[in-house]
Amino acid sequence: MEEFKVPPPSKINYLNAEYGLKSWLLTRDHKRIALLYLGSISFFFMIGGIYAMLIRLELLTPHGQLLTSTTYNKVFTQHGIIMVFFFLIPSIPATLGNFLVPLMIGAKDLAFPRINLLSWYIYMLGGIVTIYALLAGGVDTGWTFYVPFSTTFSNSYVVATGLGIFISGFSSILTGLNFIVTIHTMRAPGMTWFRMPLFIWAHYATSLIMILGTPVIAITILLLAFERLAHVGIFDPALGGDPILFQHLFWFYSHPAVYIMVLPGMGVVSELIANFSRKNVFGYKFVAFSSLAIAIFGFLVWGHHLFVASQSVYAGMIFSFLSFAVAIPSAVKVFNWSATLYKGSISYETPMLYGLGFIGLFTIGGMTGLFLAALAVDVHLSDTYFVIAHFHYIMVGGTLLAYLGGLHYWWPKITGRMYPEGWGRFSALVVFIGFNLTFLPQFVLGYMGMPRRYHYYPEEFQVLHVLSTAGASILGVGLLIPAIYLLWSMRYGPIAPANPWHLPGLEWRTQSPPPTENFEQTPVVTWEAYEFAPIDEMEVVGRYGESKAEV
Amino acid sequence: MAESYATEHEVSHPGLQHHFENMDQQREASALGMWVFLVTEIMFFGGMFLAYTLYRWKYPESFEVASNHLDIWLGAVNTVVLICSSFTMALTVYCTQIGRQQLQILFLVLTMIFGVTFLGIKAVEYKQKYDDNLIPGRLIPGHPFNPSVQEEGKPADKHKLHLIPGATVRNVELFYWIYFAMTGMHALHMIIGLGIMLVLLFFSVRGRYGPEYHNPIEISGLYWHFVDIVWIFLFPLLYLLGRHIGHG
Repeated sequence: MEEFKVPPPSKINYLNAEYGLKSWLLTRDHKRIALLYLGSISFFFMIGGIYAMLIRLELLTPHGQLLTSTTYNKVFTQHGIIMVFFFLIPSIPATLGNFLVPLMIGAKDLAFPRINLLSWYIYMLGGIVTIYALLAGGVDTGWTFYVPFSTTFSNSYVVATGLGIFISGFSSILTGLNFIVTIHTMRAPGMTWFRMPLFIWAHYATSLIMILGTPVIAITILLLAFERLAHVGIFDPALGGDPILFQHLFWFYSHPAVYIMVLPGMGVVSELIANFSRKNVFGYKFVAFSSLAIAIFGFLVWGHHLFVASQSVYAGMIFSFLSFAVAIPSAVKVFNWSATLYKGSISYETPMLYGLGFIGLFTIGGMTGLFLAALAVDVHLSDTYFVIAHFHYIMVGGTLLAYLGGLHYWWPKITGRMYPEGWGRFSALVVFIGFNLTFLPQFVLGYMGMPRRYHYYPEEFQVLHVLSTAGASILGVGLLIPAIYLLWSMRYGPIAPANPWHLPGLEWRTQSPPPTENFEQTPVVTWEAYEFAPIDEMEVVGRYGESKAEV
Repeated sequence: MAESYATEHEVSHPGLQHHFENMDQQREASALGMWVFLVTEIMFFGGMFLAYTLYRWKYPESFEVASNHLDIWLGAVNTVVLICSSFTMALTVYCTQIGRQQLQILFLVLTMIFGVTFLGIKAVEYKQKYDDNLIPGRLIPGHPFNPSVQEEGKPADKHKLHLIPGATVRNVELFYWIYFAMTGMHALHMIIGLGIMLVLLFFSVRGRYGPEYHNPIEISGLYWHFVDIVWIFLFPLLYLLGRHIGHG
């Protein structure tokens, strides 16, 4: 196979092409910007994680002994805000997406490199403003900012926090814009739409949500801030406004935002499942179009957050039906991944463990979503720990696992070093166990009636809360291990070959790490996505060995 | 580092950025980029249009009263001014494409003059509302929303609100907040547009744009037309709807 000849490793790559702080802070290279995002996102994840630990510690006992009620309100609010707006939404698109979209379609960079760098600065500015708000006194409205509490009654830093989210929203818009234009106009010769990896399709669908949804939350937060500062009413009934309008506007973005979080994860998992089964994805076009279908349906279901908020019953019925309909494209993905595994040549490297974990946990998260989409059941489950468990199965069990899987999978390409496989598998297992122990008891708690956002609870709930806290500790350890060994491997890991997993994708046909402009020459694509040749034809020996080209 | 990857295409035109293969690809990318950006703008304004729709439906009488208090002539003149600016902007793009640099600069300057005229007239309108105490809430500290209401039997005063049955001062205030939010956001977009044109003017005088390379002019034109179209929706919604019912 001619096209598998990887150029002999050049000493120069995007990491050592230039040195110094300035070369990073003023870079327009999508790969370096991805690393800037990786660093800053990890920082925000750590802060969000500390808040999560505080929540779990507080819930260890039924009488709210660790934090005052005001502090507890702030802690869960800030956990939500940091995790949603500063980790989950940018996580996969801004790091892996930024790094891989041009590589996978054979482009030299994203269409607008300067806008790409700008998006990181905007993200950081939004983050700094939010951190300022947290340090100045925090915010206690819940991450949903429901009015009129947030406009009129809350005595916390709502405007500053809102401003931080408003600013960081523009980084999301710019990333989405960049991806859409890049995917439309920058594909290498021969890279047709249906030859693109499914990772790209998922990012295309995600970008559509980013550009259509984010501006709506921007104007909503802006109106909220004005209402709070200048006492002009849009949302507060005391001023003639309508609080339900806020909920509609908020969820018009924030429900699709869930798909901003999970669609890129599905893209990663499509890559992992196909590549570690060494089989073409079963029903490639169905999986590709199911991403678009999720993006479209995702905009039509926001009303299921208003089932108990005086929305009309007929509106509720339609939103309920449409919410059930989202299960169809989601199920297409799960079934097609399973069918891809069938008779595949499966190997269980760390990324694949995360990928398989994703399928299981996402299925649980998705199925419990159907409970909540059912009008009558939702009356019982609304605002309980069942909801908390449901969306954590999607966001942590789904997005975070896909993010970790993708990070391991492309780590050799990003850093040029291999991570320690044994530790990787071990920590994937710890994460899986810790995660389930944390959130499975919460389904039961919610079903039994434990409301969200309370830190006093009946004593009979304590056993389940203790289980959950124990699971969270295990999960914390499971996340700490990769943080340590990934950092370690950047310096001491074995040198990675260009194509450590023997795969056909374009990103594996350039050196690890890639040169600044990604490819020595613009590649010409003559093969379909996931067109596997037998490993020995891929002229590579030993998983961590050097490629034959070097031998 | 990037320099060493330069290939022959890079010397073909100084406007071509290193990561594009040729000028066509670059033009296509920047035009699509602007269209996508305009989609986000539609969604951004869409939130306010939704709020307008809801409260117009909820408080039709108050909205008619408040709408009748706006100066229809200033609004109409401004609409004409903006349509003229769109026309001259289109001519700017055309003259750039056919390489008439003098005309390109002339029309760009005309567009800017129209834009500034619009903002000037808007400022006059805002001042009138300020004088009538129609600035909602505490937008201007120490100057609350406090319009005087026309009383029965007194001679008509155009500075007073002519309340009809069903209208309340509180909901008139809501209209004025939506009015200031929408027209204010529109004006902000015009100010940004004028800033962009200042940059374009600077480079136009230096002869940077021509038939070979004109996408900055083209996409700025797209942006300017979009801002105009927003006004085309704002004018009837804010000034015209319900005018037949009012005090005449």
